[in-house]
Amino acid sequence: MPLAVHLRAVLACAQALPLSSIPTKSFCLVVRCGVPLSEVIMQQPAIEVRNLRKSFRKRNGFRKVSELWAIDDVSFSVGEGETYGLLGPNGSGKSSLIRILSTLLIADSGEVNMLGFALPAQQEQVRRIIGRVSVDAAFYKKLSARENLLYTALLYGQKARDAERRALEILEKLGMENTKFTTPLEEMSRGMQQKISIARALVINPPLLLLDEPTTGLDPKSRRDVQTFLEDLRSREGTTILLTTHDMAEAERLCARIGFLAHGKLVAEGTARELIERAQTKTLDDAFIKLTGEELAEEEMFAVEG
Amino acid sequence: METTMRQTWAFLFRGYHLTRRYIGWVIVFNFYALVTSATVALIGVAARDYQLTLTLVVGALLWNFLSLLYNEIAMSIAYERWEGTLEYTFMAPVSRLVHLFGVSLYSLVNSVITSLIVLFGLMAFTDLNLRGANLPGVLVVLAVSTLAFVGLGLIAAVFPVMSAERGAEATHIFQGSLLLVSGVYYPIEVLPKWMQPLSAISPATYTLSACRKLFGVGNSASTAEYLAGAPLSAVSHELLVLALMGAVLLPLGLWVFVRVEAWAKKAGKLKRTG
Repeated sequence: MPLAVHLRAVLACAQALPLSSIPTKSFCLVVRCGVPLSEVIMQQPAIEVRNLRKSFRKRNGFRKVSELWAIDDVSFSVGEGETYGLLGPNGSGKSSLIRILSTLLIADSGEVNMLGFALPAQQEQVRRIIGRVSVDAAFYKKLSARENLLYTALLYGQKARDAERRALEILEKLGMENTKFTTPLEEMSRGMQQKISIARALVINPPLLLLDEPTTGLDPKSRRDVQTFLEDLRSREGTTILLTTHDMAEAERLCARIGFLAHGKLVAEGTARELIERAQTKTLDDAFIKLTGEELAEEEMFAVEG
Repeated sequence: METTMRQTWAFLFRGYHLTRRYIGWVIVFNFYALVTSATVALIGVAARDYQLTLTLVVGALLWNFLSLLYNEIAMSIAYERWEGTLEYTFMAPVSRLVHLFGVSLYSLVNSVITSLIVLFGLMAFTDLNLRGANLPGVLVVLAVSTLAFVGLGLIAAVFPVMSAERGAEATHIFQGSLLLVSGVYYPIEVLPKWMQPLSAISPATYTLSACRKLFGVGNSASTAEYLAGAPLSAVSHELLVLALMGAVLLPLGLWVFVRVEAWAKKAGKLKRTG
């Protein structure tokens, strides 16, 4: 067995981390310097968020305006090639954070850097390096998968023929039949639509992938297909992935590090093992409840069990 | 350049396939446009007044063209909100200029096709004879008017960006106001005095005035057999005003759109609705 592979296996076992979630170059630093893996992963950040704040104004009646903090002084970094998970209940600020990183929302204050490009000043450059999957598979439902994916590829200035070949490769890896390529999205199941959504984010071959609850509402088979694909993608292409999810098992499987988000604040951060140890609990689920003081909603618990 | 061409093509590609997939509705809309235009034109036929018929036909044709052009651009954001794809279009690395140019180009193609359908349909309902009309001149006027109407469409397109619920309604109010004040089917002199100044700021007023002259409407030398269409030089005033309106409204529309987009990103208004 080559040394690098051996080290990966030893470390993964020792720290109970998913192998595919750890950047290869991080292993040497961990072994050589003996620093915690979570700190090493951050040494070459692909995403840097510093003191980010975002509030929304809500009108209550004619004169009264209240301010709701969606993101309240959040800071974190995601290393190049790392899969980082953000866990939190509905309304905790996960989607707002993804929207800011996707250039769709402008923060009130704080700094965001994506592979060296600052937001919102360099949003044009950031748009070229990110792919996004949202919880709702938003498509032109009457159009086929092919038409939707080619439209996206053309928007990103790609050649239609190259994009079509790449889209078919991605869909094949996601376990979809080629015959579905020309089927209108409205005739597809939610799981299939979400796979097309992932293909849309990847057809442009982005180095950064922002996944906002990509497996919510999927059946167990589809969820497993997507998770396996993401593991494969990270290890094969070195894609940096920021994943928001309700699903603790998914976070443990896919993410090198996890951040707990509650009421717009990042209340804890670390590897799954570190979080469990800090909370002195047996499971990540319990650690989440203890560290955030929140319970996941029933539907979210179902997703974890499913 | 190649990237820009592909990005522009993306909007034509999307529009073509949406038209193909919604072909049933496209047929219904074209049928409705033809029937309403024919209904208006037949008022002139019933009055046995060829000049009136021609006035109404030109009004119906031009309104079909201009309103569809405006509507497709103004509603492009509302359609994306309904489909849920607005965020994906806005996070693509496409400059807003290319985005809106692509949308406008598709709207133009769509408007030309519908106007041709209405024109041929009207020829079946009336004894429309276009011999003598200055048709190349009409095309020049329409080309110049297009710039102003694209600008208006871009300005109106910000309403659905500002409000998912009320935006689409606002674009239609704006469109209805243009129909009212521009003298599409009647002379603007019949409008209440206080409303008449509004017609001066509508580009449709000048388009209709110029095209009617080029068709020979109101020219006593025009007959049912041969129209006395005016030369292009006779509508130089209207062309100048339309060109100025285009020069102001087009960049203004783009500027307003970009400003409202930035505001929407601060206020969190791009989120999917509908």
